[in-house]
Amino acid sequence: MTSFTLNIDGIKRKVIARDDEPLLYALTDGLKLKGPKFGCGVAQCGACTVLIDGSAVRSCVLPTSAVGSKQIRTLDGLTVNGKPHPLQAAFVDEQAAQCGYCANGWIMTAAALLEKNPNADEAQIRDALGNIQCRCGTHIAILRAVKKAGQMMAANAPTGKRTT
Amino acid sequence: MTHVQLNRRELLLTTGALVVYGTGLVLATDAAAQTAATASPVGPDPTLLDTWISIAPSGLVTVNSGKMDCGQGLGLAYAQIVAEELDVAVDTVQVTLGDTRLSPNQGGGSASSGLRQGANPLRNAAAEARRILIAAAAEKLAQPTDALAVENGRVFVAANPTLGVTYAELIGGKSFATTLKWNRQVGNGMDVQGTAKPKDASQYRVVGKGFKRQDIADKVGAKEHYTAHIRPANLLHGRAIRPVIAGAMPLVVDATSIAGIKGAKHFVKGGFVAVVAENEWDAVRAARMLKVTWSDVPGPFAGGEEKVFDYIRAAKPTASNAIPIFGGKKDYDAQPTLVALAASKRVVEAEYECAFQSHARMAPSCGVADVRGDHAQIWSDTQKPHFLKVGIAKFLQLPVENVQVKWMHGAGSYGRSDADEAPFEAALLSQAFGRPVRVQWSRQEGIAWDPKAPAGVITMKAGLDEANNLTGWLLKAKGFNGWDIKFNAESPEHVLVGMLTGHKKWTGFNFNTPEESYRFPKHVHWWETVPPYLEQASPLRTAHMRAPQEMQTHFGQECFVDEVASACGMDPVDFRLKHLQDPRELEVVKAATQKLGWGKRANKGDGGEGKTSNAKIMRGRGMALHAGYQAYAAVACEVEVNRDSGKIWVKRVVIAHDCGLIVNPIGVRAALEGQIMQGISRALYEEVHFTETQVTSVDWQSYRIANMQDMPAEIELVLLNRPDKPIGGAGEPAIACFPAAIANAVFDATGVRIRRYPLTPERVKALLA
Repeated sequence: MTSFTLNIDGIKRKVIARDDEPLLYALTDGLKLKGPKFGCGVAQCGACTVLIDGSAVRSCVLPTSAVGSKQIRTLDGLTVNGKPHPLQAAFVDEQAAQCGYCANGWIMTAAALLEKNPNADEAQIRDALGNIQCRCGTHIAILRAVKKAGQMMAANAPTGKRTT
Repeated sequence: MTHVQLNRRELLLTTGALVVYGTGLVLATDAAAQTAATASPVGPDPTLLDTWISIAPSGLVTVNSGKMDCGQGLGLAYAQIVAEELDVAVDTVQVTLGDTRLSPNQGGGSASSGLRQGANPLRNAAAEARRILIAAAAEKLAQPTDALAVENGRVFVAANPTLGVTYAELIGGKSFATTLKWNRQVGNGMDVQGTAKPKDASQYRVVGKGFKRQDIADKVGAKEHYTAHIRPANLLHGRAIRPVIAGAMPLVVDATSIAGIKGAKHFVKGGFVAVVAENEWDAVRAARMLKVTWSDVPGPFAGGEEKVFDYIRAAKPTASNAIPIFGGKKDYDAQPTLVALAASKRVVEAEYECAFQSHARMAPSCGVADVRGDHAQIWSDTQKPHFLKVGIAKFLQLPVENVQVKWMHGAGSYGRSDADEAPFEAALLSQAFGRPVRVQWSRQEGIAWDPKAPAGVITMKAGLDEANNLTGWLLKAKGFNGWDIKFNAESPEHVLVGMLTGHKKWTGFNFNTPEESYRFPKHVHWWETVPPYLEQASPLRTAHMRAPQEMQTHFGQECFVDEVASACGMDPVDFRLKHLQDPRELEVVKAATQKLGWGKRANKGDGGEGKTSNAKIMRGRGMALHAGYQAYAAVACEVEVNRDSGKIWVKRVVIAHDCGLIVNPIGVRAALEGQIMQGISRALYEEVHFTETQVTSVDWQSYRIANMQDMPAEIELVLLNRPDKPIGGAGEPAIACFPAAIANAVFDATGVRIRRYPLTPERVKALLA
């Protein structure tokens, strides 16, 4: 077992884990975070997704020892000072969850996409989110929510170019 | 009227009749269902108003329901119904679901009954609470009750609104000290009544209005919410180990194989092998590392998946029933139809095949148990908490009143999924190790080892006379048993770990047939169940899955309706309209097809572009109808079929839907959108793969479900609200239509009939070649 110091949602946190322990278990079992979920353990569903240095990563197959000092962002940290992230707000507004177990994967993956390109069009969104699973079939509402969040983020982006 | 006939599934649960082969015995009632009726626990006393509803000093209204939510927002709909009767704001009503300490046994999540049955006691209890509060206010304000009005939980004098008193002031924190009349039913049909009459639908201000679910904020906000989040102090993590060959028993377990994992221990009882460890990753590792020598058994799945339909066709039935539709005299009587078919000028016939499907929940089964002495607390996202409670009490041999189950949100469940499995395993391990245990199934277990939707072969025959008038109609569904395990986990033999530890499986049989819409002469539904490949603890044990056996039988029925229409030279919509009588069914068919812009084909529906051109992309439209759960759904769609790849894209979907009184249109829309994607998924992709020895569908690659790329380009929902009709179920009728609606559209596009679902690209490509 090794003591790791992880940068999680802007805070340095210590967690004891085995080197080969997937980051998902360090976050959920070790640190009791609620956002990342266990869905498959083989990087096929997306429920465990976190952002590492801005990229969406499936934490169920990433060894904790591979993270180092990189910045981890989780769904738990997406709400800042009580203000939901535009994606969280849009998911509530569009009612884009049934059981909601998969929501973490959609939101974190969409965050990686939209924070780089809030103007992503529908084809780009469908492509970026193409390998996330939702068993309830909430895709239709999720697509609406991600598009809406993109519009909100584009409108608020200080230097972002808006397409009409 | 048709809707009287529509509760066949419930009918079977209470009075279902079976012919049991081998004994030749005809049973008037299903003995197993009777046993269930006597064993069902009531839970907290339903005759006390306080059981259902209480009002805190803050004015917060708390409501207890024995239902649970599969992600359709049932709690919000209940809040609307209670708020309506009480005249309080919706956001002041808090709904507790599925806690066996608090909620009476309303059956849990079952048969789209959440609102159509589950709302009744809450509505009546709230109306009674209002009556009592108004009487108390009348006394306090020294006014006659008819001089009073209520708004936002405040009773006031209508002529002088400043004179009033709040519910909280009247009763906050105190007992209603009132009893209700209970109909003595336990489960879905439980109802209570006071002396107050609930509001007439014409007075509704809150019911029928769109409200948004607030639980979604928790779900997307990383708040503690799911069973998976429950981690009591001193917790052990448990994992089961499954044999490679289904049916193998553990012979030797080598404890030294996990000696390197500090604190890891193994557990063996009968055929059940598990490990526990101090943290979750160690439990995963221990489960992978534990060396188990299994008995050498032959593969139970003769011929594997390639032979499954041959197996069904050849199997001697374990049970059967034939049910004449509309005007038939008694069960078990297919003779009039067979005679009519034999005398017909022409008989049209076809067989349809439906694969095993997995509930494949987004998260595999998870359960947490804390067993201390003769008490147990269970956390689970089971659909039926009271039955789980009884089942675990029996399993651990604890007094039933000492076992409590708290329902938690979980991954969507869609029927008799794996949800009850991990809680049983956690309970056994907690009892054995004397500490709380959390069991999280693996993805592989969740798809390979969950109860499956039964595979079946649907045989359809229709007789026609010289003038193409129908003379008889036969639907014969033969498949694996819809009740191979029971529809709840009230006894250990209904879960894997129970069977593995020596609880012998029950003998209940059912396949189910459609709730019929068409007025065909000499019309019979006939079902037969076939023996399971493996009697005990099978990964292919079968049970209900959303629209249970309705998807299978409707695939046969609704495709065949199109085939017979074609044989008669009729447009399939015209054919349906000719043979339907219920105005609600006629209306959904008309509404869906009009919205789609159903174009009549000059070629009378015998294949569109596929026959007349060599286009790579062929386009067609199809529809299907399903009535059930006091609701009506017609699905019409347009598809594109790629001639080269065999891939089908359902480009456009229209659903016309009538579920009686709509409580929350936002909720109904969400439920229907979900059914579009899950319906497409089950129609196009979902198929359990297996060899002679094992299920090989173990993850999302080997058990493909629809993804965002499969989403239609256009979706239109036509909601037909009927405030004068009872609330119907919106969770199942539409989804049953998808395989047939899509297959009908594929025929329209290509001229090729595909009589097996899922309509995978490989299968479509092969049939187009």
